[in-house]
Amino acid sequence: MNPRNLHSLLQRRQFLQTSGSGLGMIALSQLLAGDGKASATQSTGPMEPRAPHFAPTAKNVICVFMAGAPSHLDLFDPKPTMRKLHGQPVPASFLKNLDDPVIKASARVLASPRVFKRYGKSGMDFSDYMTHTGTVADDLCMVRSVYTTTSNHDPGQLLFQCGTTLFGHPSMGAWVTYGLGSPSRNLPGFVVLLSQDTYGVDAGTALWSSGYLPASYRGVTFRAGPEPILHLSNPPGVTDAMQRARLDALRELNGLRLEKTGDLEIASRIEAYELAYRMQSTAPELVDLSRETLATRAMYGLEQEITRPFGSNCLLARRLVERGVRFVQLYHSNWDDHSDVNANVKVHTDRTDLPFAALIRDLKQRGLLDTTLVIWAGEFGRTPMHEVRRGVNPGHEGRDHHPFGFTVLLAGGGIKGGQVVGATDELGYHAVQDRMHVHDLQATFLHCLGLDHTKLTFRHQGRDFRLTDVHGQVMTKLLA
Amino acid sequence: MVNVIDHELPWGSSAMRTVLARSGLVLLIVLIGSGSRTAEPAPIDFSRQIAPLLQNHCLACHSGIKARSGLRLETRALAIKGGYSGPALVPGKSQSSRLMKMVSSTSDEVPVMPPKGGRLSACKIQLIEDWIDQGAKWPAEVVLTNPAIKQEPVKHWAFQALVRPALPVIRQKDWARNGIDHFVLKRLEGEGITPSPEADRAALLRRVTLDLIGLPPSPEEVAAFINDTRVDAYERAVDRLLASPHYGERWARPWLDLCHFGDTDGYLTDQLRPVAWRYRQWLIEALNRDLPFDRFTIEQLAGDLLPDATMDQKLATGFLRNTLSNREGGADLEQYRVEQVVDRVALVSTGWMGLTVGCARCHDHKFDPISQREFYQLYAFFDDADEVNLNAPLTGEMAPYLAGRPEYQKKRAEVLQPVLQGLTDLQGRWEKRLLEAAANPGVDATWDRQWEVLGLIWGGNLGEGQLEGCQLVQLGPSKRTTEEAERLQEYFLRHGAIIDGKRFNELKLADYLKKLDALEKERPKVTRAPAMRKAAVPRKTHMHVRGDFRVPGIAVEANTPGVLPPLPATKNPSRLDLANWLVSPDNPLPDRTLVNRAWQEFFGKAFARTTDDFGARGDRPSHPELLDHLAMVFRDRGRSMKALHAYIVTSATYRQSSRARSELVTRDPDNRLLARQASLRLSADQVRDSALAVSGLLDAKVGGPSVFPQQPASVAMEGFRNKWEESTGRDRYRRGLYTYLQRLSPFAQNVTFDAPATSAICTRRERSNTPLQALTLLNDPVFVEAARALGVRVLREVPSGWDKRINHLFHLALSRSASSQESAVLARYLVDQRARLAGRAIAHAPHETTGVDPVEGAAWTGLCSIVMNLHEFITRD
Repeated sequence: MNPRNLHSLLQRRQFLQTSGSGLGMIALSQLLAGDGKASATQSTGPMEPRAPHFAPTAKNVICVFMAGAPSHLDLFDPKPTMRKLHGQPVPASFLKNLDDPVIKASARVLASPRVFKRYGKSGMDFSDYMTHTGTVADDLCMVRSVYTTTSNHDPGQLLFQCGTTLFGHPSMGAWVTYGLGSPSRNLPGFVVLLSQDTYGVDAGTALWSSGYLPASYRGVTFRAGPEPILHLSNPPGVTDAMQRARLDALRELNGLRLEKTGDLEIASRIEAYELAYRMQSTAPELVDLSRETLATRAMYGLEQEITRPFGSNCLLARRLVERGVRFVQLYHSNWDDHSDVNANVKVHTDRTDLPFAALIRDLKQRGLLDTTLVIWAGEFGRTPMHEVRRGVNPGHEGRDHHPFGFTVLLAGGGIKGGQVVGATDELGYHAVQDRMHVHDLQATFLHCLGLDHTKLTFRHQGRDFRLTDVHGQVMTKLLA
Repeated sequence: MVNVIDHELPWGSSAMRTVLARSGLVLLIVLIGSGSRTAEPAPIDFSRQIAPLLQNHCLACHSGIKARSGLRLETRALAIKGGYSGPALVPGKSQSSRLMKMVSSTSDEVPVMPPKGGRLSACKIQLIEDWIDQGAKWPAEVVLTNPAIKQEPVKHWAFQALVRPALPVIRQKDWARNGIDHFVLKRLEGEGITPSPEADRAALLRRVTLDLIGLPPSPEEVAAFINDTRVDAYERAVDRLLASPHYGERWARPWLDLCHFGDTDGYLTDQLRPVAWRYRQWLIEALNRDLPFDRFTIEQLAGDLLPDATMDQKLATGFLRNTLSNREGGADLEQYRVEQVVDRVALVSTGWMGLTVGCARCHDHKFDPISQREFYQLYAFFDDADEVNLNAPLTGEMAPYLAGRPEYQKKRAEVLQPVLQGLTDLQGRWEKRLLEAAANPGVDATWDRQWEVLGLIWGGNLGEGQLEGCQLVQLGPSKRTTEEAERLQEYFLRHGAIIDGKRFNELKLADYLKKLDALEKERPKVTRAPAMRKAAVPRKTHMHVRGDFRVPGIAVEANTPGVLPPLPATKNPSRLDLANWLVSPDNPLPDRTLVNRAWQEFFGKAFARTTDDFGARGDRPSHPELLDHLAMVFRDRGRSMKALHAYIVTSATYRQSSRARSELVTRDPDNRLLARQASLRLSADQVRDSALAVSGLLDAKVGGPSVFPQQPASVAMEGFRNKWEESTGRDRYRRGLYTYLQRLSPFAQNVTFDAPATSAICTRRERSNTPLQALTLLNDPVFVEAARALGVRVLREVPSGWDKRINHLFHLALSRSASSQESAVLARYLVDQRARLAGRAIAHAPHETTGVDPVEGAAWTGLCSIVMNLHEFITRD
């Protein structure tokens, strides 16, 4: 903002003080805060960085979400016992909690045909579909004892991202930016990246919703290509100076209206325009991956068609974090392998294994991993029993949804790498050792960010809501 | 058997309580008795030996209206009738009795009962077995009860009968304009809050115009209203707006959101539905002619079943045709038909009853009094219906079509005459194989596939009911209409060679298909429209155990939820009976849900903000009596939606200023007390429509097929149908209502401005405020073009004077004058722009045919763009 405009804003502040309109005053201070120059005014802009509850170990989060639920049994959790039981009925005790009459009736153990190998100092198991991720095992914490409380996709995804199985609640990214703001002045604090080689996510935009938090905390989706955000470029013939002039006038007029009506939504509107403008100048450079070295591009698999879409997003995630974006959600769809799980899991690991390993390695070599919490997870795991859909040939069975025990990978940001935590039983059915509910993970993630999950609350319809609802315990075993 | 309890105890509840109190003793007796068993079991005494057992182990779940799996064990008759899986008790035959099977199960596939607290002891199981084998004696008058359950009548507000609440007495009598204001003011006076003053006249007209027709008022309309000094000037303006053909467009939107209208199938292939718009057309017209809500309900849910139904009434059922269709190879036909039926149940339950019945698809509703059985009773109404498209000629089509028909049939018969016998025989064989496959799936994979393909591709990309082909085969030749027979015959000619390729070739049937195609081309066309009809092949509805359609439970008859007034007794109740029941005076829910949603449109939030959930988990209404008052007024006025809207917008409550009040920020942050109007961001449609309207670009034509306005190519490419062929000419500037809704890659402007997903029922839209909206309004070519057109308009309509021009611009865009401060800001901008633009190549100047100077035009494009980006421009205050 140029000094003249600032002056006029300050004049208006004077007016508001004397006219006693408390509303406009609050909004105006937000407005000035967005300018970055108004140090005398208390900063209350929605993305203004705020102090955490205690010293954090992580500043940023990259949540790589594997929508559709990957099979923990074919990737991370080898079960030799299953080989012996392959094709045989599952012991009844295991089926007790299974709420699926179809699977239950036909349940036969489906041993994974994958070959597992141990990686890193801790001897972390990965199947031969995850050989690249295996190479960064020393930076990863493999949690094999996660469980959740729903076996449907939308509710499961919502539970992981929003802490509840219902629509209408804020996403983790919204909670975190609500709690901490975002250091990036030019980019949204919460960015969502969708892989372009697959279809969208089951639960859709609800997964990056701001719920009952202010709309400023909603995740902003980036698209593939040179214009990651729709209508990012100025109209033809409009220079940056002309665009700025347009925005300055717009800001003044919106400010006048704000004073007159006291409608706080106008303050948010002004902020949204300023952010839009900053995104315009920053985003093209951000998404220009040709600026990366050939070695980096190759590491992320950008030179191969199969890994390019997911690899581009992994690289973009690193670039976003480098630029101070607080929370990046990265989606890959869709691991819902009800049939031919063996072949289908490979389709997904072929696309994601190499780029994910590159992301960890790259963050580390740039010194970003220490302060960036990386999460690799799906909404639940998959059954140790086969699922036979009509017309499926033997050898091409699938696995159904399985909430009782599955694996999540964590890295960086205060997580203790090079360790396997928790275990499932002999069938990979129930998490039995160091059991962790999704809410426990969320509590731990917030802890890494310096936030007490019981204190990060928002009053809505007479109740203080929080990400972990009334649950969640910080899992100290996971922490460095 | 040792009997220690007095035989002489009379039957009845007190006796049963006594038995229950002694149940510990009974167990002991049972054990002893069992231990001394002889070859011939002693006669079992129900009251002493069986009743306590049932009460202790079964009745906690299997009693009352919410009995698990529908099984009630309170009386012998109920036990014999059984639950969702069938009879539980077959007297005399323990091995055929499900009760016996359940308590003694050792199989993984049958969960043993009781599920908690350990299985019954062998003695108890033996006792049950003996009791059943001895005839399951259970005196008819003995009714077991579960003392743990308190039988409370349902007292939830939403289910109470509608009564007319008395108008509250208020102190500030002169403020109230109608009944609404009495209820609102009473609450405010109780809180010691005064209502806000009336909005200024220009703001009021802008508000009511946007609310009733979805477009901003013209400067002339505002001026006329301000200058109209008659006492009823406002009421006259309201009447004018209600009579506008744009009223139906504005009010179609919430109904299209509700039924999640779209122009494609959804699911993976997302095929086109080129005739989906016919329902939208019906809707706009129905709203414009103010079809009363009861008729509106009946025609949309069951217009086809009305006696002597008109074409228009049949078309109304297109409302039910916005369910998705899965045509992906391998999709199970029955599975996705079931999903459609479930969607229709949810639609009617949400739209007319505010009930989230979806939970009861798999189990009894946990919070609301809807059992799983009741869900399938509702389901049965829609299970008995087929998707069918009708010949629904547009103006001018019918006469030529009818005239051409005899000629077409004559020619068709002539063409096919040489092979008619061979063709008919071959098609008969083909149909026989298909029917065999349908009846015996899994036997012949080839014909299973043929049957599946018929259901997947029939009418694809034409928006026809996809199962119609299968239904025509099932119906058999004698029951098809001539036209249905023709269509099936053409399908056979196209896809049926598999029955006997050799014979097919001998008859040269491929050539005959070509001849028929040629004949079809020259025949007068008639436009088709989606609708519903009673199932051609009757279906027997069964419950789906745990919501799985592959596991049928007991058969159910169509019926309505027991918590509401009963459906009048009739044999085989139909959708028409359901619709009539919905709008019967005894049913309080449809009118409550409707007026609640109407309020939301006028104030941003409804009384019960969860407009889709009037159940126990939903929001309780802020003004329950006002809600009922409105419902009664609605009924008094013949359920005229226009009268309802007029009543609301003429209230003093509606006419208040929307200005924020600092003293209310903490006391009533959500404005639930209604001490002011609300500032509401316009909907996605309205943002677009406003920009087009004020710039003069809008093509205000009402109705017609969907159009493809400009949008970035990358948007359509996200979906399966990776092209978006932009409309040309005036169709680029139609109202947002007419934008083609491709379900898998929705129109970007819509998404950015919070239009709901077109795959799920929606009763309330979000209103977010994001940088993406800013970028759209600043840079989207559609809005740039509108700014340019608006600039030209201002320059032409006001020959000179920047201040006069800015003022005119404000009147066009914001329905008010510019303040001197605002003018000064824009004047500075104008001067700055002229300097920047001078001597440059102008990319966004108006076309030279406008005669506008390029630099001046470009400067005014920028200036108009600023005004169209103002928060005020996209807000209804």
